[in-house]
Amino acid sequence: MQQRNRRSFLALAGMGALATACGSNTGRQGTPPPSTAYSAGPPPSDTPKVTLQQWYHAYGEDGVQDAVKRYAATYPGATVDVQWNPGDYDSKIVTALQNSKVPDVFEAQVKIDWVRQNQVVSLDDVIAPVKDDFSPAVLATQTVEGKVYGIPQAADTQVLFYRKSLLQAAGVQPPQTVDELIDAAAKLTKDGVKGLFAGNDGGVGVFTGPLLWSAGLDYLKNGNREVGFDDPRAATALAKLHTLNANGSLLLGAPADWSDPGAFIDGLAAMQWTGLWAVPKIRDAFDDDFGVLPFPRLDGTGAPSVPVGAYGAMVNAKSAHVAEAKAFVKWLWVDQTQDQLEFATKFGFHVPARQSLVGRADSLKSGPAADAARFVKENGHLVGGPVWTQQSNTALSDAVAKIAKEGADPVAQTKTAVEVAKAELKRLFG
Amino acid sequence: MTPGTKRRDARAFWLFVGPFLIGLAVFAYLPIGWSAYLSFFDARNTVTPTQFVGLDNYGHMLTDEPFLASLGTFSVFAVFIVPLTFVLSLALALGVDQLRFARAFFRSVFFLPFACSYVVASLIWKTSLFSGVRYGLANTVLGLFGVDPVAWTGTVHPPLYWIVLVTARLWLQLGFYMILFIAALQRIPRHLYEAAWLDGAKPGWQVFRYITLPQLRATAVAVLLLNLINAYQAFDEFYNIMGDSRGYPPFARPPLVYLYYTSLGSGGQDLGRGSAGAVILALIIALVTLLQGRVFRFGRAS
Repeated sequence: MQQRNRRSFLALAGMGALATACGSNTGRQGTPPPSTAYSAGPPPSDTPKVTLQQWYHAYGEDGVQDAVKRYAATYPGATVDVQWNPGDYDSKIVTALQNSKVPDVFEAQVKIDWVRQNQVVSLDDVIAPVKDDFSPAVLATQTVEGKVYGIPQAADTQVLFYRKSLLQAAGVQPPQTVDELIDAAAKLTKDGVKGLFAGNDGGVGVFTGPLLWSAGLDYLKNGNREVGFDDPRAATALAKLHTLNANGSLLLGAPADWSDPGAFIDGLAAMQWTGLWAVPKIRDAFDDDFGVLPFPRLDGTGAPSVPVGAYGAMVNAKSAHVAEAKAFVKWLWVDQTQDQLEFATKFGFHVPARQSLVGRADSLKSGPAADAARFVKENGHLVGGPVWTQQSNTALSDAVAKIAKEGADPVAQTKTAVEVAKAELKRLFG
Repeated sequence: MTPGTKRRDARAFWLFVGPFLIGLAVFAYLPIGWSAYLSFFDARNTVTPTQFVGLDNYGHMLTDEPFLASLGTFSVFAVFIVPLTFVLSLALALGVDQLRFARAFFRSVFFLPFACSYVVASLIWKTSLFSGVRYGLANTVLGLFGVDPVAWTGTVHPPLYWIVLVTARLWLQLGFYMILFIAALQRIPRHLYEAAWLDGAKPGWQVFRYITLPQLRATAVAVLLLNLINAYQAFDEFYNIMGDSRGYPPFARPPLVYLYYTSLGSGGQDLGRGSAGAVILALIIALVTLLQGRVFRFGRAS
């Protein structure tokens, strides 16, 4: 069974995570909006505190669990029990939301079906004072039809890592187009080293979004009301993945998957697509002999891209303490900026969800990490998003897998996925 | 027997059987019934749906290409695993049963993998034996012959992933079926062999064909039935060998894995369609089992 960690949860939802809170802060800051239930603030000291259940998935970095427990322990308004959830966290949350009052607060990425089933509450009032501080791509991960359902905790991204010395020895320039990437991967494949590692599924999981974006397309468009890849260029872009798979330049069957930099560090591949979180380990292994790139553009009319994702703090609509839960979320993820910064940057490389904190993150001020932070700002794209349903995702993922691995007709396969996505949009919006 | 004894027996019966019956009702029959109920509703992200959709979910699943493809995947798997398991477990049983020394040792050796977790075995198969890098065991052996590393789980043409899936299951379950066959072999009356010998039957194939095999018929049919049902229910090794944190490829996706992703996939749960698929699968298994039992005349006296 897969253990979800701070790196691999990106895999499932296509996003990253981060969390916050503070140790020494004694309470909420500023004046709460007047019309909200939580605006009364923490209860007076003689009122019995309610107990809130807060769930996290099991982050991989040392120290995160202690930090979030410390944040929770210092909250004055309620007793907060933090539950750490190893294993298939996303399925566990979906199941819990169906009929359970627990958890009161949890991290996740909102899905439109949760909103339609009234399983989560809008946090527009909570985020209102700082809404403009979040980058649109990060905020979009938690927004359904204009309403925000989660306060983004931290942003993660994925980039193309490459060994400068290996590219130099092979006379290869860092690729700027998809064709250059394919060419570079082929030239770098020699002496038992593969050119590129993009997951044991041959890049199906991590390259689907970037390939669409490389052609100027997307999963959905026009306010999530239309399929974004109902276009011949989608088939052209996705067909490139078959070329990569067919020419033997991809590393397949590595002991750890794309989210772990092990294959790159062990010298099994000259380039690897993985997350920003891998920077510390890769720097330890190669010092400055590596660089990062966004996924390249398809051609002159396409654009480079990086996926952006963020877990958000959400409130269970069936909670017995919705108002108290919202107050806690505001305290932790809106007010406690110092803890948000610590959560994002102390335990690994992540980009703070709030723009005002990015400039305060020393680890993102130079080198490849700074490049990646810039990519997030300039080339960040949301993977799928709240309206991109499991049904649509399975259809597109199957289509890309068949194109990439079996050499299936990219036009027909793309059309099949388009039809499923259209049916899903029709179900959701009529 | 006095009335008091009867009452005591009844109490003892319910004391021992009751908890299991309650468990069976709560954890088996109730979910099955609820699943059948859900299959008639639009049950996205809810187990208490309100929108009745009749047979729509069944119509969808019966025309759903990935679900139908998953039934095809099962068929391929069954074609490999059922005869292979049958022949190899029978061969093992015959071999171990004829050993004159260390019989218990070899019986244990072959049976032990059955006690191993499918998840653990799958991860060992995936990351150690059939890893795609040069230091995977299979690739190390190939390397001795100058063959480049092979991506066992990632190669679709030819479908090498079947080697990984089939060998994992064989290792895991051969011992169990071997034990069933050994038990059946030991129940064959010795006098049958003596009579065959007196009648001039030649030891070896002739005795096996005309004495041993017919005597194993009931066990053999049971093994085939269990094998087929187990093949339909394949999940653990497929999920852990072929799946990853982003999902599961469309090839080698058996019905239960597809239904798992439909019903419990992260982000969205379509319990209506998943339940419809589960009911369809249960009916198929029941039908095939009944047919197979009838063809092999299972349960009738020899």
